[in-house]
Amino acid sequence: MVSANNELTYDSKIEGDVIVTRADAVINWIRSNSMWPMPMGLACCAIELMAVAASRFDIARFGAEVMRFSPKQSDCMIVSGTVTYKMSSAVRRIYDQMAEPKWVIAMGACASTGGMYRSYAVLQGVDRILPVDVYVSGCPPRPEALLDALVKLQEKVKRERSFSKLNTA
Amino acid sequence: MPKALDAIAALKGRWAGVSDRASLDQPAINVPAPDLLAVLGSLKADHGFDMLSDISGVDWGVGASPRFTVVYHVLSTTGHEYVRVASDCPVDASPEVPSATAIWRGADWHEREAFDMFGIRFAGHPDLRRILMWDGYPHFPLRKDFPLSGVDTDLPDLEVVAETKTNAIAAPMAGGPFVAAPGQINMTEAEPRAKDESWNERRPKPGA
Repeated sequence: MVSANNELTYDSKIEGDVIVTRADAVINWIRSNSMWPMPMGLACCAIELMAVAASRFDIARFGAEVMRFSPKQSDCMIVSGTVTYKMSSAVRRIYDQMAEPKWVIAMGACASTGGMYRSYAVLQGVDRILPVDVYVSGCPPRPEALLDALVKLQEKVKRERSFSKLNTA
Repeated sequence: MPKALDAIAALKGRWAGVSDRASLDQPAINVPAPDLLAVLGSLKADHGFDMLSDISGVDWGVGASPRFTVVYHVLSTTGHEYVRVASDCPVDASPEVPSATAIWRGADWHEREAFDMFGIRFAGHPDLRRILMWDGYPHFPLRKDFPLSGVDTDLPDLEVVAETKTNAIAAPMAGGPFVAAPGQINMTEAEPRAKDESWNERRPKPGA
């Protein structure tokens, strides 16, 4: 039996498949589930990064399998390995070339703090030149640890105001 | 008699400055810098030492004289023998020896590395630039008067310096260097760790 009140609510037969939500929720949902990495593989951590992308650990389950060696097409730089001072200018330049919004994962002890390289030649943590979002401990980290970092980054992205990064850029 | 010893005897007969050098393994000779290229060339041309395996530098310390030595390892690929050739740099303040690139093309990058790490110049080198550290780095890191942790220096890219307000710092050693204890059987004990763990980045060194 049809009552007059039903016409005031949502009727899929009339309006089609419409979902009401917030712009932030949609944009962040899209961003966090298509986080294309920039694989900044600099040392042995890069081998683990390859393992993460391969079938056993399969980072594609989290929408981040599209490793792009082009900063234009990537959202998240995964700094995996020892950043020497000589390499630091290239790392910073590639980060600058990435389009906003962009995030950084420091993978492993060397990228996070310089690691065991207390040396004249090694940058003591990539956070000295880049804004790092997630640090991963380990030397090198297990692939699961990097997947966890990606999930943590996705959670962080989902909490962001989606336009805040664009306004400050 | 091994071919290497024959070669050394012949070299000593031909150049008065060539002398035996104390060695625990392969035969070794000392050669004065002016004779160096002629001796290396003779080793290659007359005695079959056709491969330059390595060039390394030695810094004997700030007060030592001669302070810098260049060491060549040459291999005979037919006789399967090595000869070590060492040559002291004549001037301690500006060490320089002639370049071996005309004899072995492979000397090129070895000499660039010795120049990069020790500041030893190789006269006649076609392209004597730094090879490991960046161009414009003001120090020679493997000299004895250079600290392992490094010294404050600008980063290679001054734009990055302006953007990030950071530079190449003296690495915090925090009780380091982190080296394995020799002679330890227990792997946990032998693991590289700080020798002095009473201080770290957060807690300053007592009494310092």
